Amino acid sequence: MEDKVIEVNFGPQHPSTHGVLRIKVKLDGEIIMDAYPVIGYLHRNAEKLSEMGAYPKALIYIDRLDYVASLNNELGYVLSAEKLMDAQVPERAQWIRMMLVELNRIASHLVWLGTHGLDMGMLTPYFYCWRERERILRIFDEITGSRLLYNYFAIGGVYSDITPKAIDMIKEFLSDFGSKLEEIQAIFAKNYIYVKRTRDVGKLSLEDALSYGVTGPLLRASGKKWDLRKNQPYLYYDQVNFDIPVRQEGDVYARFQVRIEEMRQSIKIAQQVISKIPEGEFYNKKFSKPMLVRLKGTGDSYVPTESPKGEYGVYLVGDGSTIPYRVRIRSPSFANLSALPIMLKGYKIADLTATVSSLDPVFGEVDR
Amino acid sequence: MSDSILLTTLDEAMRWGKGKSLWPFTFGLACCAIEMMSAMGSDYDWARFGADVFRDSPRHADLMIVSGTVTKKMAPRIRRLYDQMAFPKYVISMGACASAGGPYVRGYSVVDGVDQVVPVDVYVFGCPPRPEALISALKQLQDGIVSGKVKH
Repeated sequence: MEDKVIEVNFGPQHPSTHGVLRIKVKLDGEIIMDAYPVIGYLHRNAEKLSEMGAYPKALIYIDRLDYVASLNNELGYVLSAEKLMDAQVPERAQWIRMMLVELNRIASHLVWLGTHGLDMGMLTPYFYCWRERERILRIFDEITGSRLLYNYFAIGGVYSDITPKAIDMIKEFLSDFGSKLEEIQAIFAKNYIYVKRTRDVGKLSLEDALSYGVTGPLLRASGKKWDLRKNQPYLYYDQVNFDIPVRQEGDVYARFQVRIEEMRQSIKIAQQVISKIPEGEFYNKKFSKPMLVRLKGTGDSYVPTESPKGEYGVYLVGDGSTIPYRVRIRSPSFANLSALPIMLKGYKIADLTATVSSLDPVFGEVDR
Repeated sequence: MSDSILLTTLDEAMRWGKGKSLWPFTFGLACCAIEMMSAMGSDYDWARFGADVFRDSPRHADLMIVSGTVTKKMAPRIRRLYDQMAFPKYVISMGACASAGGPYVRGYSVVDGVDQVVPVDVYVFGCPPRPEALISALKQLQDGIVSGKVKH
């Protein structure tokens, strides 16, 4: 019994892998010696299929990358395409985009919070989170006509205008979501077992985070004040007030705190945006629907945006035809997942689910 | 004569029991899994229809909901999970991807429908289907099992 290290497979079917992740774990007793994530179980050629159609046709594949935050994904593509074509976007469209993106950020974090609760052995927060998330989805249903995958942002604006009914729904949601969020936060933070299981678990130091290209809530939980909405503003993020939540610990509990605080900031942004939406056109007349499939682009462009998972952007190369030459997707989940072995080494096997779910990986985005 | 009457009624009772106590399998593949979770969540609450005991192990479950794109790498695993399930077992193919490849049908790594790997009882259209559509599919499957049209 000299060699005590055994290898255990985790996934691809497991309730806490958030999809189809497989991890090869090397165990000495119950201590994790090494972990090796195996990906590719949801590889569905989003990049190559995007290069097969006209510019707006890629949007349906972009939608399905990070399927809990579709609008954030669309925003990255649309901004990049507009930069490639030098398209002017009406102000109203930009403000509408900003508001919906923030609402979708809340919805995405709620999905994470609910499933994180499930992974930690709590069923109650799942139902609380889904109750609030359904309210956001009803707003999106009213505006875009779809619940989960919207295809709403178009090059040069948005596909349909925002209705007064939707504005009322958003105001109603924003007015009392803050208190509901406190209720949900209390379920976690006042639970002794949850705090015990997440404090000092899955630690990631700032140097490791930076060297692995980790972005988003994980980087902010490790102590770096970096948010692209503040550091490289796109849309009109320089005209609204909000803070960047930062924690120094770099453990699972810090990530939980950062994400909860981000939802509060998103409410704050959306409240400011709703009072600032100007009247006017919601799309550029030059990019009306029949024109969209004839758009041509030359050169290359990349606009980094802050999606709920981290830095997301689409690198577009146009060769002057109506079809993009290259669509390269920089997905935050993929980079974040690469730091997983560092976070797991030395911890016990029971901490694995907490760490994996704290990453918030979405496999449409990791495997593309 | 009386024996045969007893047998058919017992059979009916068995079918009713099988149909109304389906244990689904927690098996999310892609986008549709989020809508599947919505269907079991607070607003749609499909515990009302007697199928709320989500099981994490295939050996406990008798309903597999294939929710998402089936890739060539995942297809053998799906077959293996299906084989591990105990009889009676049923399969719902949720969404365009699982039914026929969906928007990814031209891709090089995507299987054109999960019915090439496992036998499917009910197909649900939509990309992704709304939770109402999934609940309707569940009701259809239950009715099929109770009336004897669907056999594992």
